[in-house]
Amino acid sequence: MSDLLPTTSIGTHQVRLDGPDKVRGRAPYAYEHPLDDPLYLYPLQAEIARGRAAHIDTSAAEAADGVVHVLTHTNAPDLEDTEDGELAILRSAEIGFRGQYLGAVIATTPEQARYAAGLVDIGYEQEEHDVELREDHPASREPESGSGDVFAGDFDAAFAEAAVSIDERYSTPMEHNNPMEPHTTVARWDGSELTLWTSTQGAHPARSTLAPILGLDPDRIRIISPHVGGGFGSKGVPHADMMLAALAAIAAPGRPVKYAVSRQQMFSITGYRAPTLQHIRLGARADGTLTAFAYDAVSLSSQTKEFPEEATKPGRMMYAGDNRRLTQRVVPLDVPVPSWMRAPGEAPGMVGLEIAMDELAVAAGLDPIELRVRNEPETDPDTGLPFNRRRLVDCLREGAKRFGWEERNPQPRTRRENGWLIGMGVAASTYPAGRQPGSVARIRRMPAGYEVAIGAADLGTGTWTALSQVAADALDVPIGQVELRIGDTALPNATVAGGSTGLVSWSAAVFAATEAFRAEHGTDPAVGAEAQGEAEANPAAEKFALHSFGAHFAEVRIHPATGEIRLGRMFGMFSAGRIVNPSTARSQFIGGMTMGVGMALHEKGELDPRFGHVVNHDLAEYHVPVNADIARIEAEWLDEEDPHAGPLGARGIGEIGIVGAAAAIANAAFNATGVRIRDLPIFGDAFLPT
Amino acid sequence: MAHSLHLTVDGQEHKLAVDPRTTLLDALRDRLGVMSAKKGCDHGQCGACTVLVDGRRLNSCLALALTHDGSEVTTSDGLAPAGELSTLHRTFLAQDAFQCGYCTPGQVCSAAGMLQEAAEDAPSVVTEDLEGPIELSDAEIRERMSGNLCRCGAYVNIVAAVSQAAEESR
Ligand code: FES
Ligand code: FES
Repeated sequence: MSDLLPTTSIGTHQVRLDGPDKVRGRAPYAYEHPLDDPLYLYPLQAEIARGRAAHIDTSAAEAADGVVHVLTHTNAPDLEDTEDGELAILRSAEIGFRGQYLGAVIATTPEQARYAAGLVDIGYEQEEHDVELREDHPASREPESGSGDVFAGDFDAAFAEAAVSIDERYSTPMEHNNPMEPHTTVARWDGSELTLWTSTQGAHPARSTLAPILGLDPDRIRIISPHVGGGFGSKGVPHADMMLAALAAIAAPGRPVKYAVSRQQMFSITGYRAPTLQHIRLGARADGTLTAFAYDAVSLSSQTKEFPEEATKPGRMMYAGDNRRLTQRVVPLDVPVPSWMRAPGEAPGMVGLEIAMDELAVAAGLDPIELRVRNEPETDPDTGLPFNRRRLVDCLREGAKRFGWEERNPQPRTRRENGWLIGMGVAASTYPAGRQPGSVARIRRMPAGYEVAIGAADLGTGTWTALSQVAADALDVPIGQVELRIGDTALPNATVAGGSTGLVSWSAAVFAATEAFRAEHGTDPAVGAEAQGEAEANPAAEKFALHSFGAHFAEVRIHPATGEIRLGRMFGMFSAGRIVNPSTARSQFIGGMTMGVGMALHEKGELDPRFGHVVNHDLAEYHVPVNADIARIEAEWLDEEDPHAGPLGARGIGEIGIVGAAAAIANAAFNATGVRIRDLPIFGDAFLPT
Repeated sequence: MAHSLHLTVDGQEHKLAVDPRTTLLDALRDRLGVMSAKKGCDHGQCGACTVLVDGRRLNSCLALALTHDGSEVTTSDGLAPAGELSTLHRTFLAQDAFQCGYCTPGQVCSAAGMLQEAAEDAPSVVTEDLEGPIELSDAEIRERMSGNLCRCGAYVNIVAAVSQAAEESR
């Protein structure tokens, strides 16, 4: 246990420091840095899901006005390392999924680039493709990069003997991150150095990914990304678009090449949440205590590169029960490459698990909160370690009080208002409290304060503000004396803003740097004095299972005649350690919950089995919540500090708001109508007689 | 193939030559370097590109630049002099009505246009009394702001910010 940092700025409302520029639209995102004489890129994409681009005739495009270069696999710059199937683009004529890049047109105006791309003649040799996920798919296998299966005790025997049991199947759909700023890279190659103005959750990690593939020393790549227009995981690792822009710049040296991925292209290029099929069996004693726990999940993956959407992850640590079985499989098919989307694993996993718990509560005749209370594990069922401070029950009880849970009638279909059926539901939330080692901060004494430099990212998470607050308290100065610099590989190394690890990992670097600075320069440093410090791994991670918890409460109304479902209100109660900035934290919780509403009620990529593409590949047809869909959403948190989280006492909060949110809504829909929802999203037809 | 036009953007006059295919949004961003208007979809589906054209809110990605020869375009950056903030800018900051900020200039312009529409008693689909003055309830604000997507999920705070601005300018 380390000493907690005394706070002055941490814990107080601080208006976003980048706010005035953001509301006016002056903060430069990737596309918006003033650069002279740019070129524009428009990509060529495969129109079949599997086969070869047997011929590509670029002559008409090359002859078009303003076209500077047409890039294809026949003339693309060499790559040093082609292991990564997603990033090693333009290597051959082979096609692994519909939408895969086959090349790009680079021209002096965006209109001409796009027009000329249409002049490229591509002839295909088509092969049969398969894009349909099934539980019994013959290609199903254990993921190469997964967490492994769990077998403990004797599940079959315990399940057979259970007094109460459920045995059900759940599914979550293909979902698309869809940050409002499309993935964008402006790339310039000057013959020896590659500069990328891009939109990324991790400038340094992106550089270390790209450098070996391009065969460049990392020092020869600079990534600049001061402002990121949302990411939700999809900008956590570089996708093929960044590589395409880099290759285009190398092919057309000297001038910046601008590539903003179009909204439609994002659906096949920039990652998505893979659909999952979940088979859950729960067996319990008559009092509801779990004795048998089985969770078998399958997720879609890509032949081009594996990504396991491990729905089983939260099932490993959520509830007690001695006889356990958890298996995770992937089915790699001819589809675009899935990737991180807000709380990968936990978000879909806590859909199945938390609906299953609601079903078990009904079967056992228990209040769903009480069922969870009875199944609190004493130690982490997965690792056997004690929890840091597992406050799920506090979140459930405190949340229930504030939400007004006692008004709920456990009997479905009992509350009607103005012709609508009203129901309430609850679900738990959890997310691991990770902290990554390796970030470095540099502190420099300035005439009027301190410059704090670290390659961190702000994708709406509030880093500009919250990390300045942390630095102010670490240096014991008012926040106005901290000049933060982030979002650039020219600054010291920072780990990715992902998996709710950003702020806590970078803060650890700031603390280390402060300590080094004090040791070297004392308390009255000269202007120009500087020192660096590097974040170490959290030593508590070896002794404790570190997680955040939460509880979601939802009230929905459903019209019995039309099946229309509307969210009435939603409340989230979280335990996440110390909260650095209550304003931005509340926004992040509410933002996660809002995305959870999308997960519950709107979002589904419709993959056409005949052609292998997402049919609804734009924002008119892939629905995300709009303002009118979101009535009242509130978030609160337990006032606490995490003694195992280092001096900051905080845990990350980027993901926990979405985890469990959709299940609370599905459970509320059951309470309203008696119709059990096991497949997302919930559309009105679920409530209509068939 | 280029044709010339005049645009006044945030009070500054421009004469420029554009391809007939150039949208107003691309004219702003790629030709004039005015980056306050954002591109989120280029298809009129997200509202990130919302600007005020002659005082009315408009998705600039859906308008061809040449059809706006002589127009006065205002982006969020033009709603207050440099270094100052408009009422909406202030209330968006006070209510933390954004996270990544990418949808925000569009939200601000949309809110400005919407407040004007409400002041002119233009009803919306949730307005009950079609004849009377518009009471800007939260439901009215939500409905009228639904053309502007926010993937960060700042809607609750956007409603609070617009409501506060409406209150202050009453
Ligand atoms: S960019 Fe114009 S509406 Fe989306
Ligand atoms: S603030 Fe990020 S999309 Fe609205």
